Amino acid sequence: MRLATRRRFTAAGILGGPLAWTLVFMFVPYAIMFTYSFYTRQFPTMVPDFQFGNYLALFADPQYYQVLLRTIKIAVLVTIAAVALAYPLAYFLVFKVASARLRTALYVAVIVPLWVSYLLRAYTWKTILGSEGVLNSFLVWTGILDQPTDLFLYNQFAMVLTLTYIFVPFCVMPIYASLEKIPASLKEASKDLGVGPFRTFLAVTLPLSVPGILAGATFTFSLTMGDFVAPFLVGGADGALIATVVQSQFGTALNWPLGSALSMVMLFIVLTIITLSDRLERAGRLDLG
Amino acid sequence: MAVTTDIGVMASAATARRPWRGPRLSAGALGAAAACVAAFLYLPIVVLIVFSFNDNVVTTLPLKEFTWRWYESAFANEDLLRALWNSLYVAAAATLICVAFGVPAAIALDRIDFPGKTIFRRAVLLPLVLPGLITGISMLNLFRVLGLNLSLETVILGHGTALISVVVTQVFARLQRFNRRLEEASNDLGARPLQTFWYVTLPNIKTAIIGSALISFTLSFDEIPVTFFLTGRENTLPMYIYSTLRRGITPEINAIGTIIVVASLVVIFVSVLMLSDKGER
Amino acid sequence: MTDIIELRNLTKSFTGGIVAVNDLTFAVREGEFVTLLGPSGCGKTTTLRLVAGFEEPDAGRIVLGGRDVTDDPPYQRAVNTVFQDYALFPHMTVAQNVGYGLRIGGVARAEITGRVQDTLRMVDLLDKIDAMPNQLSGGQKQRVGLARAIIRRPKVLLLDEPLSALDVKLRESMQVELKHLHQRLGITFVLVTHDQKEALVMSDRVVVMDAGRIVQAGTPGELYDHPATPYVANFIGTSNLIPARVVGAQAGELLAEAGPLRLRAQADGTAHATGARVLLAVRPEKAILLPPGTATSGGASAIEGRVLERFFHGNAVRVSVDIGQAEPFMVDVQLQRALGEADMPGTGAAVLLAIEPGSVNVFADTAGVRA
Repeated sequence: MRLATRRRFTAAGILGGPLAWTLVFMFVPYAIMFTYSFYTRQFPTMVPDFQFGNYLALFADPQYYQVLLRTIKIAVLVTIAAVALAYPLAYFLVFKVASARLRTALYVAVIVPLWVSYLLRAYTWKTILGSEGVLNSFLVWTGILDQPTDLFLYNQFAMVLTLTYIFVPFCVMPIYASLEKIPASLKEASKDLGVGPFRTFLAVTLPLSVPGILAGATFTFSLTMGDFVAPFLVGGADGALIATVVQSQFGTALNWPLGSALSMVMLFIVLTIITLSDRLERAGRLDLG
Repeated sequence: MAVTTDIGVMASAATARRPWRGPRLSAGALGAAAACVAAFLYLPIVVLIVFSFNDNVVTTLPLKEFTWRWYESAFANEDLLRALWNSLYVAAAATLICVAFGVPAAIALDRIDFPGKTIFRRAVLLPLVLPGLITGISMLNLFRVLGLNLSLETVILGHGTALISVVVTQVFARLQRFNRRLEEASNDLGARPLQTFWYVTLPNIKTAIIGSALISFTLSFDEIPVTFFLTGRENTLPMYIYSTLRRGITPEINAIGTIIVVASLVVIFVSVLMLSDKGER
Repeated sequence: MTDIIELRNLTKSFTGGIVAVNDLTFAVREGEFVTLLGPSGCGKTTTLRLVAGFEEPDAGRIVLGGRDVTDDPPYQRAVNTVFQDYALFPHMTVAQNVGYGLRIGGVARAEITGRVQDTLRMVDLLDKIDAMPNQLSGGQKQRVGLARAIIRRPKVLLLDEPLSALDVKLRESMQVELKHLHQRLGITFVLVTHDQKEALVMSDRVVVMDAGRIVQAGTPGELYDHPATPYVANFIGTSNLIPARVVGAQAGELLAEAGPLRLRAQADGTAHATGARVLLAVRPEKAILLPPGTATSGGASAIEGRVLERFFHGNAVRVSVDIGQAEPFMVDVQLQRALGEADMPGTGAAVLLAIEPGSVNVFADTAGVRA
């Protein structure tokens, strides 16, 4: 069939470039990384090998698994905080702002910071929370504190605060979208049946916005897991996250096999979370018809 | 994937009329909470801008005199200017890659069926949720195997890989809403597939391409995690800032930061408009 | 007249095993206005899309103006399509939409301008030449779609439910306009519709389709007066369908019995054995409503009944009469100056129905009645 053949050539032309790109710059690098994770380090380079020492070190050496646990803790805290802040904001925009024009303006205002310099947004928290920073000088200036405190910066609180700040817009977007999609008739039906506003929220609105919450949480958790900028800027001595450790393996520590193994573990965790959230979302959809 | 968030649809949805106002949770309390979150989002940006004009070496209150001196010293800083130029070069080239490969990828996902499509889709979209660090490290490994020296060009390849997904999601979303009958009508009127693409398809997805390209540009311009592993001797602007931060804060950073933030705000605002229904005509 | 379109054993199925077009063979003559008629899912739109080249047949050939175009893409076929949802290019003005085919064909700019104006004048839309599609009403959009499709003077114009999105009044006036346009242009029109009235009003020939096959093809009059199957009898116009049994035949007539009823029908050439099950079809307007006890003339069958309901249609009244069958018998009475609705028998009144043998169509009752 001439038409079918022609179509196949067109398809190959369109698909060829992107497919080659993902193969060369994603699949091949992951394969190499996977291979390196079994190599043995021989300072300052490495030798081909097939051993699980790099993975075992991760679970045997408290230096590593403690950082991994801390990372997961921070990521969970940030995810909860970001969703908790994003939800009322999205809810307010969708249901309480009467003017469509104003709603659009506010929505754009909320999601625009999402793309504005990550580094600078993290950095400003350093200038705010530091011992010579805005917050301290404000408190001293107003007389609440006698002298600046270093309680604000260089700890896990500062890290959670900064990362939450960065990821709130990530959560607002999908939650907003999921709230927008809820048909008005559903809630009206609930109201008609004499269900109060708060119970309507629990029984109708909240379950239907679960896909949005899941999407936002996935973004936040996964990107927090892999962040090394916030720990560097506002995390203290106990502020190293798993990404910081990985980063140093390819820098000062020069241990590529271990770094590759750690990266593989991170990749695995991220893929697991994506798959889980995908499953949960699909299951949720089925439940809701 | 649960994370293929479509900016355009949401910005459009925001303009849709909705007569229904939702359960009557206290609007006052909710409004106050929303205002707090909004303030939280913009407070640091305001702090950055205010202190870039404050005549004090440290960022402390109370404010002192208004000054341009941090801007002057920033623009007298050769290293900083060089890094700025590098960043512009990297962002422009990476954006070209994103468009050149992202648009065909979106078209392929929208209308071509092929074995392994699901895996391809997941791979293309993965960097949206994948920490940049992993992209950076895996590509560092590739370049080591290939024996390629790290340079701004390797950074460009890294940014391209990490940011293609931005163009793919936005263009794909627009294609999904595009009426395929228009292409049939064009074919029917004698236009070959390429002519149809040029005269009918492209004009209708144009704003999605430009909008997502602008976002890619901004993200590449500000990128750190991928750049960190893939850059050679040359620095991009965020890497320059990142390395000066090791030595402590200088108001110079506030000045250049203010310029970046304001420029990004404008670019992003334009792109969000383009991705919304206003961009669709 | 020569055949402009020949469809030979065309078959097309979609994923999921749905056979949309099933071994279809059919020809359209040059200059004809042919309508493909059927309910949604009967394969009529798929047939049109196969002719246009938007779909590829699984089997069979498509010949256009003597040339086999089965393997040609749409842009190489001398047909143009008017789409149901108009499919106007949203980013182009009316003039650019209409001139698109010429621009693609490399026609000089000055000539395009002139021909666009001429064509828009033809569809009475010259004043909207610089408008954008989203500034037009549904009817205006459809005219632009029409102008865009005819400007290249295709051999065949394909119209895919072009009027279905318009309101009733507009649809009726557009039907007339389309028919006039067909006469003026002399192009072959192939229209797809599910609206039987539209098909009867506009077409030279109607092709009734069901489940991917042609059930019957003929002029509107032929289809109406001599439906080939009960399906056609009920899809085009309405028919009273009465299951009956053949009890005899004489002098070119057939005598059938349905319970207490006896009906005479003109034999249509098909032999029906005595005792065979048949289905009798009578159009509501072909039966004559009379006061009880009236003597019927000639060979008409007389049926007694009782009025169940009356439906006022403005120019006619439809009376539903209980004649002792499972379904009530519908009879239409045309109202005239001297015959108003008040003159119709009321509910419960006894009436007499006279039915000429020539008004009864006889079908072999094989699979039962299909609505």
